Amino acid sequence: MSLPDGVQRRPFDGEDVLATEGQPVYGEPAADGWRKWDARRSKLGAMLKTGMDTGLAGGETVLYLGAAAGTTVSHVADFAGATYAVEFAARPARDLLDAAEPRGNLFPLLKDARKPETYAHVVEPVDVLIQDVATRGQAKVALANRQFLGDEGRLLLAVKARSEDVARDPDEVFDEVLETLRDGYEVLETRSLKPFHEDHLGVVATPRTDGQ
Amino acid sequence: MTDETVDAGWFQGIDPGDLDAARIAIEEGQADEPDDWPTMAVASGFADDEDEYYERLHEATMAATRAAVQEAESADDKQLIHAIRAMDDCDRTANELAERVAEWAGSIREDAGTGVEYARELADEADSEGDDRLVSLARRVRDLDDEAADLRTHVQQTAPEVAPNLAALAGPVLAARLIALAGGLKELARKPAGTVQVLGAEEALFAHLRGRAPSPKHGVIFTHEAVQGTHPENRGSAARALAGKLAIAARVDYYSGERKPELDEELADRIERIQARDTQ
Repeated sequence: MSLPDGVQRRPFDGEDVLATEGQPVYGEPAADGWRKWDARRSKLGAMLKTGMDTGLAGGETVLYLGAAAGTTVSHVADFAGATYAVEFAARPARDLLDAAEPRGNLFPLLKDARKPETYAHVVEPVDVLIQDVATRGQAKVALANRQFLGDEGRLLLAVKARSEDVARDPDEVFDEVLETLRDGYEVLETRSLKPFHEDHLGVVATPRTDGQ
Repeated sequence: MTDETVDAGWFQGIDPGDLDAARIAIEEGQADEPDDWPTMAVASGFADDEDEYYERLHEATMAATRAAVQEAESADDKQLIHAIRAMDDCDRTANELAERVAEWAGSIREDAGTGVEYARELADEADSEGDDRLVSLARRVRDLDDEAADLRTHVQQTAPEVAPNLAALAGPVLAARLIALAGGLKELARKPAGTVQVLGAEEALFAHLRGRAPSPKHGVIFTHEAVQGTHPENRGSAARALAGKLAIAARVDYYSGERKPELDEELADRIERIQARDTQ
């Protein structure tokens, strides 16, 4: 599986790990301008590490939903083009601002991913939609934001079973989320993000264009 | 939102140098669909080329998000503390005045009742023969009680925004009380679980420290069903387990703000195991 331009496997502490070129954000190890991208701290990092075909080549425009403190989205902005980072909670967004400060292509937005109309006046159509929101109704969020994706675009989704329902069997939750997702997307690949993230499913999908 | 701003890019009608206007447009603007804003901005003369557009966008989104974060943070825990204290004041005062109403009514009416409920009955009466001062006082009680109810609704709405995990575990009202007793979410997040356990039981705690009383098992968290619903013999254990989870929830809320539903589950498991001892 090829990595996007701007992402490399590099040795850190004797271990080959993913790394991107950019300013450190959260105290992660860095060397020669490259900083470690820890798959345990990043669902997208885990998707790349487990060899999922994300379709990322580098340089694409990205809408990132659930940017939180900016851990992952800062790595994305290191290899992508214009990167729009949406986060709903104010406290982590404060750290997101620090990550965005030195990155001219990273645009932080304190907005609710369930209400795309509140940021559609800022965000342009994108090549890639990355979603990591810890909320119930993760498939609905992906459907509501489908309008940002071109026909050839990719949705990279990390489904967190516990955000849908803590008590239910994760596999059941995943099936249900995927079923809803198919209303607007064709699912290309799914993979468990173990051992990096428990009860998370990585999903690669593309917008459905038939019979819409 | 006026029609003109719908479906227009954030930069529409904005002077490129006016960061304040840009911030407001990003915060408050809307569009039904995304559009090729960079190209449109260049075409409209907002920026000379895409690079310049992105530079301005970066500047504007940074300013807008910084302002929104600041606003959200100042609107949070301190505001919640005022609301819960006001709610308690209204409740207490309504009850005190209701006692006064009942005592007064008892002196002139045979069918006088007690409590806020009776004051409400009286308040709904049309102005009548000679006791309009009493009815007027009863109306103050009713209004205070209404205000307390409105404040409670407000606390229930805002506590989950300020402290999502703490509100989920403790319930929004108790969460607000804990934050108020600690003096803020930050202050609560820095307290050890043992302190959280006895917040609101300071009098008993100091009596204990002076050697005059046994150590208190719980403060305001006594109102939580995990404590109340547990057999008295095991209430100390339940209170300690609950306080431990609440302390963790407050820290997650303060330091990350992310909702962690697994905390609810862990607490439910612990309490279930403690309560299972009741029947043994």
